[in-house]
Amino acid sequence: MAATTRRSTRTARSSSQLLRFDWVERVAHWLTAIGFIILIFTGAALYIPALVGFVGRRVLVVRIHVDAGLALPLPLIISLAGSWGKGLRADLKRLNRWSSDDREWLRRSVHWEPTDKLAIGKFNAGQKLNAAIVGGTMIVMLMTGAVMHWPYYFALSWRTGATFIHDIVALGFFVVVVGHIFMALTHPPALRSIFTGRISRAWAKRHAPVWLEEVDKPSSKVSK
Amino acid sequence: MKSVPEPEGGTQRGKPIGRRVVLGMAGIGALGVVFGAPVDGWVADVLQPLSSGSGSGIADLIPGSDYFQLYTVTSGFPEVPPDYHLVVDGLVDKPLSLTVADLEAMPPTKLVRDFQCVTGWRVPDVHWTGVQLGYLLDQAGVASEGKAIFFESFDGVYSESLTMDQARLPDVIIAYQMLGAPVTRPHGGPVRLYIPEMYGYKSIKWLSKISVTAVEGSGYWEQYGYDLNAWIGRSNGRDDTPIN
Repeated sequence: MAATTRRSTRTARSSSQLLRFDWVERVAHWLTAIGFIILIFTGAALYIPALVGFVGRRVLVVRIHVDAGLALPLPLIISLAGSWGKGLRADLKRLNRWSSDDREWLRRSVHWEPTDKLAIGKFNAGQKLNAAIVGGTMIVMLMTGAVMHWPYYFALSWRTGATFIHDIVALGFFVVVVGHIFMALTHPPALRSIFTGRISRAWAKRHAPVWLEEVDKPSSKVSK
Repeated sequence: MKSVPEPEGGTQRGKPIGRRVVLGMAGIGALGVVFGAPVDGWVADVLQPLSSGSGSGIADLIPGSDYFQLYTVTSGFPEVPPDYHLVVDGLVDKPLSLTVADLEAMPPTKLVRDFQCVTGWRVPDVHWTGVQLGYLLDQAGVASEGKAIFFESFDGVYSESLTMDQARLPDVIIAYQMLGAPVTRPHGGPVRLYIPEMYGYKSIKWLSKISVTAVEGSGYWEQYGYDLNAWIGRSNGRDDTPIN
């Protein structure tokens, strides 16, 4: 493989594995995931009649839900804030930008057409969409949650509107989370990489060819 | 080097669609907060035929459906004690201990009135049957120093209170029927309070004890800052339309 010769010119990475997520990204992912899981379960215990009766303890559940909601963005913010967040910041830039091939990937995926031969980078359009929806959901839920929890500062109709949006986005986001977990479970190497950080060169060649080029181009990145 | 290289190999920067999605969601969310209330009401109207009206239908899970949310402050809906009795005691001449059958044998009061929650939802035209609280108080005979009522639930936690004047309003009832049937356990059966002009937290569920007191006590939610006098539209910082 051409890659093996390149390897020696770049960093001395072990064999055919690439670093997909550094430890800061992994920790940020899992702390955010734990936060969302707490929020989904406590939210369900406040909203679904059968669970309301089963769980009860409304004051306690509300407190856990509100505290978890306020804490939710912290892992991301702290991870982004310092020098340690270089990898996460670079990945956020990647997630933000959609090439024409990304849009084509999304179009074909929706139509169940094969998506190979497209110039896909580290993240495909599905992953980019997931990341954007997670970000948007965090903002909307914090905003509407604040109006719901501290309603005295707002017009009465705002509380109704905020409750409505909070509930709708919660249901929609639940579907997105289930989709995210489904995709992870059906793509074991990608799933493993959010635990270990590593992914194989072969995987990158197949799923993220433009990223592989980027990694192999010595000038494109400071080695670290 | 330190400057961030063009992402995705630098072939093209691409459009910042991620940011647009995030900001778009935030914008729509903010609009929804300010202008969402009428949409919420409209959804409630559309879903009305789908709802069970008791909080257990599928449509009750859809945001905007305007029906009972079932609240409990303990774990689950409490078990009804096997020898359930409603006790009336405190500053009374003759304490009472009543079974549901005893209540049913008393002159009934039937109401068709809305139920308004302090969190915003409202269930229109709920059918209620029960005994006037004033009638029960007369049966027990309130002592002259009795100026307020304290209610306790057999869930062991929840409590509520009313002044004597509020308690003697003719439409304050000890309800044993609701939604056209005996009050179900989730709704506070076998017996609950219903006071139409006040927010729902006053209408204590799983009622087991009515005590006449000299000064008004502070109930469960009042200890968390809810208003003692929970008049709909005139308390808790809300301006809902008072009910019919």
